[in-house]
Amino acid sequence: MLNRVSTYFYRRPRLVLAIFLTPPILYMLVVYLGSLFSLLINGFYSIDDFTGIIVREFTLRTYAQTFNPANREIFLRTASMAAIVTVVDAMLAFPLAYYIAKFASRRLKTWLLIGVTIPLWSSYLVRVYAWKLILAKEGILSWFIDLFHLTGVLDWLLSFPAIGGSSLSLSPIGMFIVFVYIWLPYMIIPIQTALERVPASLLEASSDLGAKPFQTFRNVILPLAFPGVVAGSIFTFSLTLGDFIVPLTLGNSKFFVGQAVFSYQGTGGNIPLAAAMTMGPVLIMVVYLLIARKLGAFDAL
Amino acid sequence: MIKNPAIRFDNVSRHFGEIKAVHQVDLEIGDGEFFSMLGPSGSGKTTCLRMIAGFDRPSEGKIFLYDRDVSNLPPYERPVNTVFQDYALFPHMTIEDNIAYGLMIKGMPKIKRMKRVDEMLNLVRLPGFGYRKPSQLSGGQRQRVALARALINQPKVLLLDEPLGALDLKLRQQMQVELKNIQREVGITFIFVTHDQEEAITMSDRIAVFSEGKIEQVGSPSDIYERPATEFVAGFVGTSNLVSGEIAKRATGSTKTFSIRPEKIHLGFAGDTPAAGMAALDGTVRDVVYLGLYTRYLVEIEGGADLVVIEQNLKTTSMDVLSAKGQKVKLSWHPDHISHLGS
Repeated sequence: MLNRVSTYFYRRPRLVLAIFLTPPILYMLVVYLGSLFSLLINGFYSIDDFTGIIVREFTLRTYAQTFNPANREIFLRTASMAAIVTVVDAMLAFPLAYYIAKFASRRLKTWLLIGVTIPLWSSYLVRVYAWKLILAKEGILSWFIDLFHLTGVLDWLLSFPAIGGSSLSLSPIGMFIVFVYIWLPYMIIPIQTALERVPASLLEASSDLGAKPFQTFRNVILPLAFPGVVAGSIFTFSLTLGDFIVPLTLGNSKFFVGQAVFSYQGTGGNIPLAAAMTMGPVLIMVVYLLIARKLGAFDAL
Repeated sequence: MIKNPAIRFDNVSRHFGEIKAVHQVDLEIGDGEFFSMLGPSGSGKTTCLRMIAGFDRPSEGKIFLYDRDVSNLPPYERPVNTVFQDYALFPHMTIEDNIAYGLMIKGMPKIKRMKRVDEMLNLVRLPGFGYRKPSQLSGGQRQRVALARALINQPKVLLLDEPLGALDLKLRQQMQVELKNIQREVGITFIFVTHDQEEAITMSDRIAVFSEGKIEQVGSPSDIYERPATEFVAGFVGTSNLVSGEIAKRATGSTKTFSIRPEKIHLGFAGDTPAAGMAALDGTVRDVVYLGLYTRYLVEIEGGADLVVIEQNLKTTSMDVLSAKGQKVKLSWHPDHISHLGS
């Protein structure tokens, strides 16, 4: 009996393929693309300013609203934060990823990779709140800074209007520190994987042909690790772009996109505007991916 | 002593912890020589090559390149270039950019270096391949690109680390001839690492045979083949019969161990009287393997030793040779063809 079933499926490889692929494809279509499409449609509805009831009629007013100066500023602020977090994460991740991939012994490599991923095992919320305490005015970081007599420098940094605040935990600088920390593993792992695939002989060959270490880095290592950097930056950039917990917990009164969406759909009850605002990061990511493709980031995939 | 050697090893050792990869090696390689380092894997030949290139540094001793101590120079400051076993072509660059890499690093203007690239592509017989990527080339073609990429820098010494290992037999034989021709054309010193004794013998001016981190013998291919200095060389380079003790005494009058190549032994009938001056032993054919061009006999000598004898099938057929099994024979050879071993 079992034999006959096996033979039946063996002779119909397409049927087997269909059986295995139908669930994930349905999931992709319904849950992923479906909800995205629902967002897109909801953005074309509007809210009656007087009654607060959603008007299900096609209008461009809601999308137009996302481009008003206040919302434009939110997008700009969020995208700038995402960009700078991505750049700093890449700069922090690269040396560590390079060390793990090319120099660490087998044992040390395992430990370092566990070290990199272990924070991901604990709740993201717990870590954000932990950072709130660390960054607080009376927190451990202030204590350390005081220990090195650098309180003046911190106060000076916090006095800048766009990035400062009354304490680290209530300033964009604090948010930046937490974002960098929280997304760092997502940058290290793809870069490490990319570097792992670069044979040592390529680096030797470059050196053999006269390239000093810096030239080898620029001409061989960086181009070959670039797909990994881009993959990592997709994580750090898009995760920062949509996050609302860090700005809610640590920021000042200035909104980030995720926070704005959160408040529009919650307390504001303005589902159409929340949907329209969500399409912003989606659009930004699509443009980002197109640029990455143009730069050849996916050639090696 | 070689006059003005390209490479000189002065008592060089390379130890990795307890492992003595290379141990107290002295070596001189002449200017313009095609020099092979031959040995089984783990014998230290590749480590020696890597120390010349600068990827490894000696634990002890010094390496000289044209009388200049280079032992502690990084690879990018040494006027030598390497052809890697896996070719190590940069996958993200075109063939052209791969070959021009060294010149680009030196800062040569693009127009000038592209002209040189074209010359190199012609030298390795790949004209018009400049715009392709390494992944679009066959193994043999990549091999030649790796060669061009090294030679374009006009190194004083070219190092080749088992460059033909990944190629199939026919391509390998073709590349052996080509490499030799290119070496004649450019006239620089080639140092060639291989575990293939036939390859070393075909291509080299001189060969160093490595075993367990030491050099067993350095000499011309004919020296190495005809007069192996040690038991290891006799066994590693071609097939050899080692004869010692009582049987050696019967043949040469001395118990000293000697080696004799299978093809140097003449197989005669049991009752034959060997020609004047020939050494001889009596034996019985234990096994016969017919190999088309020649036949291999295993002859048991009275007293215990087994000797391998190879005879060309000039006049004999498979029927003739196979019937020899079990017959009594007389083995004879010219005393000049034996080699007394040092150790």
